[in-house]
Amino acid sequence: MAVAALSPVWRRLRRNWLSIGALALIALMALAAALAHWVAPYEPDDTDAAAALAVPNIHHWLGTDIYGRDLLSRIIHAGQVDLTVALGATALALVIGCSVGVVAGLYRGIVDLVIMRCVDSVMAFPAFILAMAITAALGNSVTNVLIAIAITQIPNYLRLIRSEIFRIREMEYADAARVVGNPAWRLMFIHLLPNALPPIIVQGTLAMGYALLTMAALSFIGLGIQPPQSEWGSMTAEGAQYIVTGEWWLFLFPGLAIVLMVLSFNLIGDSLRDFLDPRMRGVR
Amino acid sequence: MAFLAYFLRRLSLVIPTLVGVTFITFTLTYVLPGNPAVVKAGPLVSPEVVKELEKQMGLDQPAWVQYGRYIGGILHGDLGESSSTGRPVLEDFKQRLPATLELTLASLLIAMALGVPLGVQSAVHRDTAIDHIGRIVGVAGVAMPTFWTGLLALYVFFYLLGVAPAPLGRLGPGIEPPHAITRLYVVDSLLTGNWRALGSALHQLMLPSLTLGLSVMAPIARMVRSTMLEILESDYIKAAWAAGIPRRRVIYGDALANAMIPVITILGIVFGFLMAGNAVVESVFAWPGIGNYAIVALMTKDSGPIQSFVLFVALLYVTVNFVIDLLYGLIDPRIRLE
Repeated sequence: MAVAALSPVWRRLRRNWLSIGALALIALMALAAALAHWVAPYEPDDTDAAAALAVPNIHHWLGTDIYGRDLLSRIIHAGQVDLTVALGATALALVIGCSVGVVAGLYRGIVDLVIMRCVDSVMAFPAFILAMAITAALGNSVTNVLIAIAITQIPNYLRLIRSEIFRIREMEYADAARVVGNPAWRLMFIHLLPNALPPIIVQGTLAMGYALLTMAALSFIGLGIQPPQSEWGSMTAEGAQYIVTGEWWLFLFPGLAIVLMVLSFNLIGDSLRDFLDPRMRGVR
Repeated sequence: MAFLAYFLRRLSLVIPTLVGVTFITFTLTYVLPGNPAVVKAGPLVSPEVVKELEKQMGLDQPAWVQYGRYIGGILHGDLGESSSTGRPVLEDFKQRLPATLELTLASLLIAMALGVPLGVQSAVHRDTAIDHIGRIVGVAGVAMPTFWTGLLALYVFFYLLGVAPAPLGRLGPGIEPPHAITRLYVVDSLLTGNWRALGSALHQLMLPSLTLGLSVMAPIARMVRSTMLEILESDYIKAAWAAGIPRRRVIYGDALANAMIPVITILGIVFGFLMAGNAVVESVFAWPGIGNYAIVALMTKDSGPIQSFVLFVALLYVTVNFVIDLLYGLIDPRIRLE
């Protein structure tokens, strides 16, 4: 019987082998980055003049740069800062966005109006351009990049949770919970918020991809990361200088790391949406 | 009359947004750390001189007075000065805007020319090979950073195959720009019959516009696909099939014409992506537009051009979305009444 009960889950999993692969890839990257000192074949800043600009080979799987630093080790170490910033920015935006969104959804009226006009103003900037300006204004550091990315993402969560609250509070079970005498906070946190979470989780997963892309693009144009710290975007920028001399691995592999991670987060986000939000099934 | 009411209602939403936008850029420019007087004076100046300069620049005034002056400056077209070119930012902008405009329009054209047919074919041949290919292209397209695809394109088409020119601006070496009419080189050289300049301009434009165009193709294809699916199920399309109207005319005539209406709405979002992508792509291809100008300013800590660029892009973005809203109301009367 137990096997029979599990079969729909298994069917769904099997159909989603792509997302399972994506999840495994993210886990692998995160684990490798966390254990970089033990996993990476070389230290990220170890130079080796004899092996400078080596083509990918048996000793250096992804080749080396002009100082003979091992590219694979640098990419693994870079995963620490890239994944941490993406996760930090997403979490920060999620917490702030949801808190303010709940307030807007509950109080409506003038509070809601003011909050939504602020949101409109923030959203009047293309996200990357705003992140760029905030980082430039706050000062060039990794923490400020994290804050900048978070600020550009807050409106997404805020609008999402607000509209969910608007929708849910009119439902019969919300009325029922109100009528039996639940205090406002209990109504909010026990009855309404949990039901508003699925789209937020989907949004958060997809936002990890955007955060990674923004982070990489910011450091590609020279914001945030200071050398010799390695980061996927800035490594791509360094590698760009070697295109005219044909050292293709220097720009190709760090960029590939970004693509694989973003792709993985997007795939998981998409199947989470199918899973958690049946209304969106079939809509892409 | 209904349209006028719609117009006014939209406008009443845009104005607070514009005020908010200037407030944000003002905050980024003046309130946050980094005293503009110190920046302007340089690091080797005594505190007295800085104080004097602060007074000159009005930095000792309360924030709301400064904000008023800031707005006044913007309304007079005063966007400050670039400390690296030593010229008013507005002048630099005017000079570089055509390059950005040309790249943006070319990318939009490419994105539409590829995205719309792909979306239509994916919808018509739902769940077949072409739909899956469209899906893969879409998923991969949004996962690839534009700077990386740009570099990849450069490596393959410039370094390996030698069919693309070196990324050194809008015209090849030794080619004179065409007589300035619109200052878009492709258009001007067409108008003046300057075929040499036209060839060179298109050649230079090829890789950057493809890079940028491919990056925004996915949302267009996706939108066209989903609206086409909906419309293909509708009664009037079924009636058209039943009446024996040729397949091509039903799909590309009746169905697509109606599917394009919702597509207009996402052009605003696409435009935002394009403006953001522009800055990065321009820097990869050394394209002499305003995005590249802002990024160079970022390197030299030249705050004037950066903040003006951000303000300019936001104003443009709000305006474009406003116009799109109006267009939408004009095309689809139902929207006006909502």
